Amino acid sequence: MTATGSDETTGDVSGRSETAPVLEMRGITKTFPGVTALAGVDLAVRPREIHAVCGENGAGKSTLMKVLSGVHPHGSYDGEIEFRGGPVAFRGIAESERRGIVIIHQELALVPELSIAENIFLGNERSTRGIINWGGTLHAAARLLGRVGLPDNPRTRVAELGVGKQQLVEIAKALSKDVELLILDEPTAALNDEDSRNLLQLILDLREQGIACIVISHKLEEIRRIADSVTILRDGRSVETLPVRDTPDAEPELSEERIIRGMVGRDLGSRFPERRPYRGDGAGEVGFEVSGWTVRHPTEPRMVVDDVSLTVHRGEIVGIAGLMGAGRTELAMNVFGRSYGVYESGSVAVHGNPVRTRSVPEAISHGIAYVTEDRKTFGLNLIDTVHRNISLTSLPGMTRRGAVDEHREQQVAERYRESMNIKTPTVFEPVERLSGGNQQKVVLSKWIHAGPDVLILDEPTRGIDVGSKFEIYTVIARLAAEGKAVLFISSELPELLGMCDRIYTMSAGRLTGEVGREDATQESLMRYMTMDTEPKVRT
Amino acid sequence: MTTTQDRTPDAPAPDHLPGQQPTGAILLDLARNNVRQYGMLIALALIVLLFQIWTDGTLLLPSNVSNLVQQNSYILILAVGMMMVIVAGHIDLSVGSLVAFVGAIAAVMMVDYNLPWVVALVLSLVVGAVAGAWQGFWIAYVGIPSFIVTLAGMLLFRGATQIVLEGQSVAPFPQGFQQIAQGFIPEMGPYTQYHNPTLVLGLLAVVALLVQQIRDRRRQAAHDLTVLPLTLFVAKCAAMAAAVVVITLTLASYHGVPVVLLILCGLVLLLGYVMRNAVIGRHIYALGGNREAAKLSGVRDKRVTFLVFVNMGALAALAGCVYAARLNAATPQAGLMFELEAIAAAFIGGASMRGGVGTVVGAVIGGLVLGVLNNGMSLVGIGTDVQQVIKGLVLLAAVGFDVWNKRRATTT
Repeated sequence: MTATGSDETTGDVSGRSETAPVLEMRGITKTFPGVTALAGVDLAVRPREIHAVCGENGAGKSTLMKVLSGVHPHGSYDGEIEFRGGPVAFRGIAESERRGIVIIHQELALVPELSIAENIFLGNERSTRGIINWGGTLHAAARLLGRVGLPDNPRTRVAELGVGKQQLVEIAKALSKDVELLILDEPTAALNDEDSRNLLQLILDLREQGIACIVISHKLEEIRRIADSVTILRDGRSVETLPVRDTPDAEPELSEERIIRGMVGRDLGSRFPERRPYRGDGAGEVGFEVSGWTVRHPTEPRMVVDDVSLTVHRGEIVGIAGLMGAGRTELAMNVFGRSYGVYESGSVAVHGNPVRTRSVPEAISHGIAYVTEDRKTFGLNLIDTVHRNISLTSLPGMTRRGAVDEHREQQVAERYRESMNIKTPTVFEPVERLSGGNQQKVVLSKWIHAGPDVLILDEPTRGIDVGSKFEIYTVIARLAAEGKAVLFISSELPELLGMCDRIYTMSAGRLTGEVGREDATQESLMRYMTMDTEPKVRT
Repeated sequence: MTTTQDRTPDAPAPDHLPGQQPTGAILLDLARNNVRQYGMLIALALIVLLFQIWTDGTLLLPSNVSNLVQQNSYILILAVGMMMVIVAGHIDLSVGSLVAFVGAIAAVMMVDYNLPWVVALVLSLVVGAVAGAWQGFWIAYVGIPSFIVTLAGMLLFRGATQIVLEGQSVAPFPQGFQQIAQGFIPEMGPYTQYHNPTLVLGLLAVVALLVQQIRDRRRQAAHDLTVLPLTLFVAKCAAMAAAVVVITLTLASYHGVPVVLLILCGLVLLLGYVMRNAVIGRHIYALGGNREAAKLSGVRDKRVTFLVFVNMGALAALAGCVYAARLNAATPQAGLMFELEAIAAAFIGGASMRGGVGTVVGAVIGGLVLGVLNNGMSLVGIGTDVQQVIKGLVLLAAVGFDVWNKRRATTT
């Protein structure tokens, strides 16, 4: 079985063998006013294949999938698409779904207030003459849930399910449409380890049932685990298609480094930048100190953060590792102006001076910045421009006689566009049109411009590509070298190990360990992160 | 989605520089980014032209232009406030009732208690602000949706109006108060064919406009930002100046500038400036665009929301006084459906239902579209029944165009 589909199979359309691609996209070119998003992309997916598509943000992955699924209708792009042996020209997503191509977006498209069954058959209701056949709906839903391994009652409201289970409902919904080719866009981006593992296993099971699958992912390790081959996009072009393994069950032969090289067009060398120590005023002093911080859950009588104390020296990058629900974000957001939960006790000091942080403006005024883990919900005004998003935290400092100095605002934005390498046509572009990595750079710019002494970074590289990650690491290292105290919350242990001077671990709201850079390994951290602590119930 | 690959740390910098586009591209950009507002401005111009022809020139007769301004002033005042409320992500259904309520309070103060009209006016504005604060409190600090709070306010203030007026009309008002809505600035100086102070005001407006445009251009150029090519810039300034001159001459050949137009211009300049340039204006847009992100960026969301409603209350009070002064009476039925006219004006003028989008000038344009339609259709003798139908269709068409235009922008 060969891996790169296009070359071998173009002349083979008539007598299709087992290796004939189920999907073949040839020379797909898609331009938007002023920009070329795709330039002659080829993609071939064989039957029963898990085909990964990788590329940095902005490489054209999402656009390619939109072309495939008919979101960009036939005629708005150049090139040919063949599906199951015949040319197709989808004018909308309904047409591609009718042919069995279903896309599951990163942002799930479920209605939280409806039940699992209602969601599965949404738009595709089991009904006779407009009246819903509830028996048939529930029965069919239960069968589909069985296929995806979700034991929940199909009458359960989707809002009551975690993200992992919601993802499974999406897949059940796709199965209900007799899917032949399933497209998953960053399926595990929002999932914890266990849910990710289940989902990946499900994808493998679906392959056994004869469903081909395109997976878009930034997680290279995941790609190596499940994919049969990978197509790499760069700059709107398909640079190469590589086999990941020889036979479906064999060990992967393709290394992560090889994939990265294809994505960035060169060897990345180190994945983390050089750190330089801070030697200025107050070097080695404690820049940020939290003592005895305790936070109650907003609605339940339990502590989500319990008696946490930690210190960050000036110029130091200190990590906080923990599983989902360990209380890391809750700690950070409560310290940052009580933005989450109910404050119980604890104190904060910046540069040795005790400060109060009862509101966000107060926290900011004491030089604390919190960069959220969820940039779209909490970090950016998506419909507003790059320059106004950057200036939002520091507007009072940009005024002349009470008016915002727009010219200065623009200059500031231009400066960050340059220094942070934000990819945008102009600083007047709405942030929603930027790719994830560039959006994250906008959020970082906004907080750097606020001039903080303490930066709390919550998952600063979530959902962004390798090249952008390196750039963001470089910025973080630079901030530390300038003498700022950096608290770095992350679920990716390799990046904590690569960036931090010390790492705290949290589990169930408590600090469970503190490890220096030299002693830290993924294993030691994981041990602390999964340490059992007493469940706490207090009122 | 951006198309270029994210640059890796040591890759060469992209060689295209901002600010060096051909004229055509700049124009296209301008048009694309301002389709909504330019579109509505063009629509307004077309509607004016239509009725100008249809009424054999009556529409733009100096006397009718004055009338048009006075007739629509209170809706425009409300529309400006409503735009700010909608940008912040809220709605205010109570303004019509508040117009009636404040008119009633003002009337009782002047007619029953014989307060000087200036005192009555100031107290009325305070009453409006307090009413706005009352609603703002429930919305911002308690967290009840504005739709509910102001629906309650709609009933509450309408009932309160009837209580204050005891179901009767109260009239007449002192001369000075009536002048707010009906008066013109007084004539001064020697007899010319025109109204002298109006000419002076017009001239000042043109000078201020040009100075501001030129200063802006210089500043932009100094900061290496993209500027319009000189020819276009001159054309733009000439067009704007010409518009001011035409309006000035029209008004000056009748009784001059209506008092209420001065008030209105002051408000639009002030609030437009606040929304564009003041920190609180930015915060209003940020709140409407993404409340959570704004909060986490240090925007005092509750205070800003509260102030937006205080402002709306005060503007509704002003509109209430203007309306009462125009009728020279306070009636229990004053201001019926005004909230809907104001909301329609804001949406025709480019506000977004989801908040975060809209401009003060847009609200004025939207209000003028409705106003000219009203006036023009009355002049040609179309009944109020058909007028309602047409206004409904215009609202639908304006927002429909917007939706269509946005969809086209995202799918091609």
